[in-house]
Amino acid sequence: MLSVQGVGARLGGRQVLTDIGFSIAAGEFTGLIGSNGAGKTTLFKVILGTSRHDSGSVLVGGAPRSRRNPLIGYVPQKFSLDPDLPLRARDLVSLGIDGHRLGFSLPSTARRRAVDEMLEAVGAQSLADARVGELSGGEQQRVLIGHALISRPKLLLLDEPLANLDLRSAGEVISLVARVAREQRVAVLISAHEINPLLPVMDRIVYLAGGHAVHGRTEDVVRGDVLSKLYGHHVDVLRVHGRVLVVAGAGDASNTSPPTPHASSDCDLDTSPPTPGVEVLS
Amino acid sequence: MTIIHHVFEPGFFGSGPVHTALLVGAIAALVAGPLGVFTVLRGQSFAGEALGDIGTTGGSGAYLVGVGPLWGFLVINVAAVAVMELIGVQRRRGRDLATGIVLGSGLGLAALFLYLDATHQSTTGTAVTVLFGSLFSVPGTTIAPAIAVAAAVLALLSVIGRPLLLASANPELAAARGIPVRLVGYAYLLALSLAVALCALTIGSILSTALLIGPAAAALRVCRRPGRAIATAAGLGIAAAWIGVLLAYDSYAWPPHDQGWPVSFFVVALVVVIYLGCGVARRLTR
Repeated sequence: MLSVQGVGARLGGRQVLTDIGFSIAAGEFTGLIGSNGAGKTTLFKVILGTSRHDSGSVLVGGAPRSRRNPLIGYVPQKFSLDPDLPLRARDLVSLGIDGHRLGFSLPSTARRRAVDEMLEAVGAQSLADARVGELSGGEQQRVLIGHALISRPKLLLLDEPLANLDLRSAGEVISLVARVAREQRVAVLISAHEINPLLPVMDRIVYLAGGHAVHGRTEDVVRGDVLSKLYGHHVDVLRVHGRVLVVAGAGDASNTSPPTPHASSDCDLDTSPPTPGVEVLS
Repeated sequence: MTIIHHVFEPGFFGSGPVHTALLVGAIAALVAGPLGVFTVLRGQSFAGEALGDIGTTGGSGAYLVGVGPLWGFLVINVAAVAVMELIGVQRRRGRDLATGIVLGSGLGLAALFLYLDATHQSTTGTAVTVLFGSLFSVPGTTIAPAIAVAAAVLALLSVIGRPLLLASANPELAAARGIPVRLVGYAYLLALSLAVALCALTIGSILSTALLIGPAAAALRVCRRPGRAIATAAGLGIAAAWIGVLLAYDSYAWPPHDQGWPVSFFVVALVVVIYLGCGVARRLTR
């Protein structure tokens, strides 16, 4: 459904992505993991066609990407919706059908039914008539997923949908996306800086660091030797109570090429002081 | 009957200037309300305010060359939008900067034109008319071009409505759907410049923002749907314009006698009252 080959992109004179290559089949759930600044959003924009790439190719559904690609549904990172926005949740979902068209939209029962079904599918039927700007982060995320899915895309791109969500909302969003992907045979590419919430549902992983990526089945990628090669220095992969911790050893950490190390944000390890000389990368 | 006589002072319905004022006020409000909804949503109130202020240059220039002020407002606003776009009004950081530069240079010219109006022309009160409006003195010949401009704005807005709504709600969502966000933004600015010209004709260049932003902001407080917000903004604006005209007409009978109060004062005061009222209404309905 999506094939990315040898993609490189520069942003403001800086090489953000280098020789990125992976593919996603229909109905497959792929996590795009990398810390902040690793180039996840840039990669999304290249796939969407709203940002340029300098080399390589992006094929969506076997064809080169186009400016308006009905095969792709997208939920941006850190979207902000004004509380005064005169849009109910159902209006925003409805704009997913025809928001790009010129002229008026006339009321139609077929569209109303489609919107109701989508709101139900994303578990937002009780929010249908509320202003989207007044919903919570998790609720807005669900409505935007509905907005993205109602045009029946074959590829769903979600940029950091779990950022700023509490653990419970994050879990709900993840299981929602996994269910919808299965039911509608939609390929999902979901980015996150934290690997653990995605572990139960990911089929495959694209691990992004320093502008490079490794791709494969989760257990083949999240390994000390593979990630050490990607980061260009030694890292360890620890498994604790079913969770994964990627940690960099001492010495390497001071002159690392990988981007900002990032501590796990949602596990109880957070409360204990980090081991001296050990950096938690993901 | 006596109550009606007190509400509508004698001669209200028979007066030509009143008819023109009611019509021009309604036309301006009908266009400003819907445009204002998008202006508030896009956070471009400053651009709207600046276009109104710059209208001063066009309006005072129009008196110098001897044409109606509407033409001056229209020409200068469209030119200002073109320059703002050129400097970079679409980029968020460049937006206020571009607006500020155009506003500053425009007002410098306005100072010159108003000075020339006052010294070389026999017309008195040009500055007050341009800056604060004088709806009762709008000539009947302005009605036809005002209707044409209003029709053009509403036509443009109804064509770009949906993409503009999505782009105003979230530019990234719009771009992902293939909407040319920048082009849509420019079409919106063009419509805004025309709408502001109509507002300037109604309540003056300085006060024009009140009619653009006030009813729209009030409508956004009470409406959850885009269509209703747009219709409500237009309706509230028309109400403010019409009641303002009525009160200004009646004020000739108030003390001190035979000195009517300016229409613009009443329109703007009503807009503020409506805005505050809608805030209360939203609190009560929550």
